[in-house]
Amino acid sequence: MINKTAVYVLWVREMKRFWRAKSRIVGALAMPLFFLAFLGLGFRRMAIPGVAGDVGYIRFLVPGIIGMSILFSSTFGGLSVLWDREFGFLKEIMVAPVSRVSIVLGRIAGGATTALIQAVLILGISYIMGFKILNVSSIFLAIVFMILIAVTFLGLGLIFASKMRDMQGFSIVMNFVIFPLFFLSGALYPLENFPVWLRYISKLDPLTYGVDGLRAALIGVSSFSIFSNFIFMVIFSSVMILLGAYFFEKSESV
Amino acid sequence: MSNYAIQVKNLTKVFNGFTAVDQISFTVKTGELFGLLGPNGAGKTTTINMLSTLLKATSGYGDVSGYDISRNKDNIRRSIGVVFQEPALDIKLTGKENLEFHAMMYGIEKEERKKRIKEVLELVELTEKEKVLVEKYSGGMKRRLEIARGLIHEPNVLFLDEPTLGLDAQTRRHIWDYIKRLNKEGGVTIILTTHYMEEADFLCDRIAIMDRGKFVAMDSPGRLKDILGGDVVFLEIEGNADALVNRINSLAWIKNITRHDENLSLTMERGERRIPELINVARENGVNVTCVHLRKPSLEDVFLHFTGRTIREEEASQAERNREILRRRFGRRR
Repeated sequence: MINKTAVYVLWVREMKRFWRAKSRIVGALAMPLFFLAFLGLGFRRMAIPGVAGDVGYIRFLVPGIIGMSILFSSTFGGLSVLWDREFGFLKEIMVAPVSRVSIVLGRIAGGATTALIQAVLILGISYIMGFKILNVSSIFLAIVFMILIAVTFLGLGLIFASKMRDMQGFSIVMNFVIFPLFFLSGALYPLENFPVWLRYISKLDPLTYGVDGLRAALIGVSSFSIFSNFIFMVIFSSVMILLGAYFFEKSESV
Repeated sequence: MSNYAIQVKNLTKVFNGFTAVDQISFTVKTGELFGLLGPNGAGKTTTINMLSTLLKATSGYGDVSGYDISRNKDNIRRSIGVVFQEPALDIKLTGKENLEFHAMMYGIEKEERKKRIKEVLELVELTEKEKVLVEKYSGGMKRRLEIARGLIHEPNVLFLDEPTLGLDAQTRRHIWDYIKRLNKEGGVTIILTTHYMEEADFLCDRIAIMDRGKFVAMDSPGRLKDILGGDVVFLEIEGNADALVNRINSLAWIKNITRHDENLSLTMERGERRIPELINVARENGVNVTCVHLRKPSLEDVFLHFTGRTIREEEASQAERNREILRRRFGRRR
């Protein structure tokens, strides 16, 4: 059922494309870093309820910005099926004698790797700029959460890509899906400040647990326990991948 | 191995109430070069997409290399090669990388892969460009690369959807030669679609003429043209035309004769062999032939004969129909 060579070659293709589009990497890193720099510096001296005094806003913000970067890059990664459709390459993939599951896994492997590289770069840059990481093992824990976030939103991107014919719906997805998910997740502020009803909605957002898990791993401060964050993310990512694979299989490739 | 590479019965595709392919039936023998000829929007690509497992047929039965298109998709995918109408290459990869991607997707082992990639690159004369990104390739090079790619896994059946669309005359000629060689020397069964009459005529053993989702005729190019009754010879003459017309009418091989004053147009088979005889007959009757013109019927004439329209006319009205198809097909998704 799962064709390892096909998964591998799809991953290699993604890596080659990523490596050749260096300007795109710089562009993808710029926005999260600007967010981090300007929001961090702008709110630096403010006492924000829910952020403990000894944590500080910048330290609170770094895991949120890492979550944001993965949210954006992996949703786009899932949507990139549409580019392949546009350039016709999707037909070449779909006419090959490999199971559709292998194709989905290949895309996810590629998309998750590129999202992870960007997230680790942001973490590294933050570290150089003075972001204090709890300890070495917290980096590994954080990477686990990064992968779970990436897989979840790659699945989401695949679902949208299967339902859309071309990139025209892109800005709708951007404005009505990605940004609300980002703002609801508590990446920029503690969710305790939301009104109660909004807090309930944010509990449906997978990124809430992703960002909270990253915080638990990297700075040791979080709303939920790291274990429950992990369990929620495993459930979200599995469901999204299954749905993404299901819709991808159902969609017509021409 | 069965004698037939493809067997199709009553194959139909309906997109939201619009019938793109309407109950077509045909068989293609192993090793045959079969053409689907018709204007844009006639349903040729839809037919290819159904046979290559990319689209589900609405009804009817199809069989490629002995496998049912609705059940044995993986087996069919393994045994066919497809060159799509629009380029289906990753332009951010080099030519060779595109071929490697394909070979690995088809599970070809490393040593074999290297050997075959080298072979097909030589076949389409792209060895020198193998390390260049495909985005730098010309249209003809992309086309050749795609044909090469379709051959790496040594398919039994190769589908070529408009293989020379948008290419210049020289490149087209080049690609025709590849296709002919593949079929004759490589023994690959080839199904190609085209709306170029001369392409179908030059390449195909047999042609199905397709119009609005249906087959209107199917035979060898030669016999399709014979349906029109043969060649037309135009004679411009000086002298006693009446006597000559009477004399010509008595010749057994003349199928039809029409006269406009000093101009005669005569229908016959193998016109080029009859012209000297016609000139002799004219001289015997004291008539001078001042001009001779021979017209061979083209597939364009055949299309006209069966549909009452030329392919070019058809394409103009087809543009509107295509928009309609797109609306019906994709409308609900937007």
